[in-house]
Amino acid sequence: MYREDAERQKLFSRRAAILGGVQFAMVTVLAGRMYQLQVLESDRFKMLADENRINIRLLAPPRGRILDRNGQPLAVNRKNYRVLLTAEQTPDIRRTLEILGRLVDIGEEDREQILREIRRRRGFVPVTVRENLDWNTVSRIEVNAPDLPGVSIDVGQSREYLYGPEISHVLGYVSPPAPGDTGDDPLLQLPGFRVGKSGIERRHDLRLRGKAGNSQLEVNALGRVIRELERKEGVPGNDVVLTLDLPLQRFATERLRDMKSAAAVLMEVDSGAVLALASVPGYDPNAFNIGLSRDDWRAIRKDPYAPLINKAISGLYSPGSTFKMAVALAALKHNVIKPGETVFCPGHYELGRSKFHCWRKHGHGWMDMNGALQQSCDVYFYEIAKRLGVDRIAAMAKTLGLGGATGIDLPGERGGLVPTAAWKKKALGKPWQGGETLVAGIGQGFVLSTPLQLAVMTARLASGRAVKPHILRAVVSEGVTQMIDTQSAPPLDIDPGHLKIVTRGMDAVVNSPSGTARASRLPGDGPKMAGKTGTAQVRRISRRERETRVLKNEERPWKERDHALFVGFAPLDRPRYAIAVVVEHGSGGSKVAAPVARDILHQAFLRNPAAPPGQPVPPLDPGERI
Amino acid sequence: MRLGAAYDPGNMSLGRKLRMISWPMVLLLCMLSAVGFGMLYSAASGDWNPWAVRQLIRFGIGMTLMLTIAVTDIRIWMRYAYFLYFVALTLLVAVEVMGVIGMGAQRWIDLKFIQLQPSEIMKIALVLALARYFHGLSAEETGRISWLIFPVLLVLAPAALVLRQPDLGTAVMMGLSAAVMFFLAGVRLWKFALAGGAVLAALPIAWSFLHGYQRRRVLTFLDPESDPLGAGYHIIQSKIALGSGGLFGKGFLGGTQSHLNFLPEKQTDFIFTMLAEEFGMVGGLALLGLYILIIAYGFLISLRVRNQFARLAALGIVSVFFFYTFINIAMVMGLVPVVGVPLPMVSYGGTSMLSLMIGFGIVISANVHRDLQIGRRGEDIT
Repeated sequence: MYREDAERQKLFSRRAAILGGVQFAMVTVLAGRMYQLQVLESDRFKMLADENRINIRLLAPPRGRILDRNGQPLAVNRKNYRVLLTAEQTPDIRRTLEILGRLVDIGEEDREQILREIRRRRGFVPVTVRENLDWNTVSRIEVNAPDLPGVSIDVGQSREYLYGPEISHVLGYVSPPAPGDTGDDPLLQLPGFRVGKSGIERRHDLRLRGKAGNSQLEVNALGRVIRELERKEGVPGNDVVLTLDLPLQRFATERLRDMKSAAAVLMEVDSGAVLALASVPGYDPNAFNIGLSRDDWRAIRKDPYAPLINKAISGLYSPGSTFKMAVALAALKHNVIKPGETVFCPGHYELGRSKFHCWRKHGHGWMDMNGALQQSCDVYFYEIAKRLGVDRIAAMAKTLGLGGATGIDLPGERGGLVPTAAWKKKALGKPWQGGETLVAGIGQGFVLSTPLQLAVMTARLASGRAVKPHILRAVVSEGVTQMIDTQSAPPLDIDPGHLKIVTRGMDAVVNSPSGTARASRLPGDGPKMAGKTGTAQVRRISRRERETRVLKNEERPWKERDHALFVGFAPLDRPRYAIAVVVEHGSGGSKVAAPVARDILHQAFLRNPAAPPGQPVPPLDPGERI
Repeated sequence: MRLGAAYDPGNMSLGRKLRMISWPMVLLLCMLSAVGFGMLYSAASGDWNPWAVRQLIRFGIGMTLMLTIAVTDIRIWMRYAYFLYFVALTLLVAVEVMGVIGMGAQRWIDLKFIQLQPSEIMKIALVLALARYFHGLSAEETGRISWLIFPVLLVLAPAALVLRQPDLGTAVMMGLSAAVMFFLAGVRLWKFALAGGAVLAALPIAWSFLHGYQRRRVLTFLDPESDPLGAGYHIIQSKIALGSGGLFGKGFLGGTQSHLNFLPEKQTDFIFTMLAEEFGMVGGLALLGLYILIIAYGFLISLRVRNQFARLAALGIVSVFFFYTFINIAMVMGLVPVVGVPLPMVSYGGTSMLSLMIGFGIVISANVHRDLQIGRRGEDIT
């Protein structure tokens, strides 16, 4: 070996050692970094990796059904069949669409829309071609599946109201949650999810809604689903059983159909269970689910007959003469008049310089309480109202359930108004006038009530108990029926003898030859009805008009005609049903409202739906739950 | 002829050469490649196609080449070192010209069975050329700056061409391996400091020459979270894959990040990430250990060689191998910017594997010819 190379080798070896040391140090850095990532920070990265690959998809639970008292379904879930197209499974999208177009109707515009959608999304994302397919179309598509690569059928659910406008107000409707509806429930985030917007759907939304399930999907970086890791089924919503009797409800709605704008409430006297709660006109709740066009919505909102309002609980009407029972009971309670004591009716009543008219221009002559109720003599009630003062009338009216919400389990109930002197001072800042007491004595002026309140009042008159109305009968949760407790109502603070006097008067209204509702007796020899008519003025009749001639209702525009009212109960001896009917601008209580009440009550006796208390809901047909 | 030397190192029989091949090194390289086949099998979700089979074929070709070179007289490599360098440089210019014609960055020449990347060949050719040059330099000459101008040009020419491609990673690797050659040849340390200072000073100028995406990569490297869906995506996903692998990994074929495609380029640049995801830190360290063994063995060989060309060439090639490994692993762990350097012998890719195996052929040849002494001008010394 020559010397030069030996020196070179020495230098080389020294430097190679340094190089080796440096390289080893660098490798140590790598190992350290590995330790940092894979041991120290591993948990964080594991979580991030799972976040990457796991996609949690919510599963909407089926919404609970709404049933009538006998288990008849009123609102159900319908299978919504959709046909989907997955672009990457289709060799020729246009051709597939063309073949599909022979089976389902696809417009030129729809076709363009679908193609746009397909271009916008990744190839494996199914695009909806058509929704709400009927079963025939679905079968036709399934049969032709070999010619339709990439076409699949998907089942969703949508709410269906089987009786449309006939029970629209009680059931309400569902629609997508409004921005304000964002609660904790993750279901609200689900596209296509619906929440109850009014009626039972709204009041019992949480019961009906159920609990969301979820499906944990493993997805790749493109978002394609690789497999399902875990699936948790949700809890279906509870079925809600109402006190309504479907045939009676339908009958009541049908009976009111020609009345333009009206409401009727039929309830059980003892339990307060509402058997029918009708308000016309109705609307089609299915339309809200599918999606209402702007024009349709505007038309509904502007309809003068207010189809969206549940008039039975939200409509406020002067009770008119149906209020006279409250005045009579107050008079008896405070002993301002004896039942047999008579008041002379010359057709008008004078207080100071004002003149108050009786509905019969030439007067009723001498009237006792029974006659005054029977013939609805206004002058008699002017007189006892004056003797009582407004506050004592108001107290009795409140005892009977007026002047405050009844607390029925429906959203949107209004409380009405029973005026007192203190109320007027507070609300209007003016002192109470004597004349206003007289007007209140015949249920006009400030007095306002809902048809439901009038039905409750009648039930209380008939039973002497503080009846409260309710509409929820039972809740069915996973096959277990839970009845809603209805305790027997406590007795009212009213002398039963006084009630007897008043209800005898109501008997005479219907069943005596001179009663105002004598034409509306229940047919046949069966149970008898007692009741009271009411006709509430909606406009002031001027003195000049009085002097010339008061226009008949038929001669006035609809909006200026009197409201027609009737309240009643039956049978006379052991009352079971109470009813209130209000026909807006229906002219006369005896002529228009009483026959409606009679027909509904008659139907109620034919149906005899009110089972003795305590009997469980008949087993529900489990039916097809989707 | 030395006393006691039982053979003539300048004229060995084939049998003797075969016996002197460092078979442990061959075995280690086979093991390393086997790891690669396994990971390519996993990258294809449990399929030998499309990557593992082709990699295996290339490995077969590479092994033949390597052993052939190992028994070829090392003086031939010394003689043709400049020629080889010239050929590689010509090819680099050729892809540059083709790239201009083809309207875009092109780094390879299509030879049907392999897409030849001249830059990969250049990495080896540069080492050989520099070894050849420093072999011919005396100690005093090595100390003079004037003698260093030529080798610096040898480095700058291909580095500039590669930078134009643009391939920052390869250019950096050429610079680093050249620096190692200069260092091993005995160039004074203060000159490195000077060169380092010059590079630092040139950085702002270089920055202005960088392509937009290269700048973005450097910036993203400094703060990957700033662009999680864009340029930072690769490195974030790679770290998630590595980290979620934990100590023992998710199991062979069980890497979710890799198999669900969150990890990009898993069969090439990010194959180490996949390994570390599926086999955890234990697997990663084991592979790192294999690399250390190969490199250490390379060191041992170069230290025993008795001529300057072979030991410079051997340790230079081993250093190229080291830089590949270090830059790739550091890159996938977010320690250096993503520069597109494959994991040697494991990543899918033909040219880098073939050129590395040619390189190891020379390393082994250095071992075979370790007792051969060669004069400064190439003359035999006996």
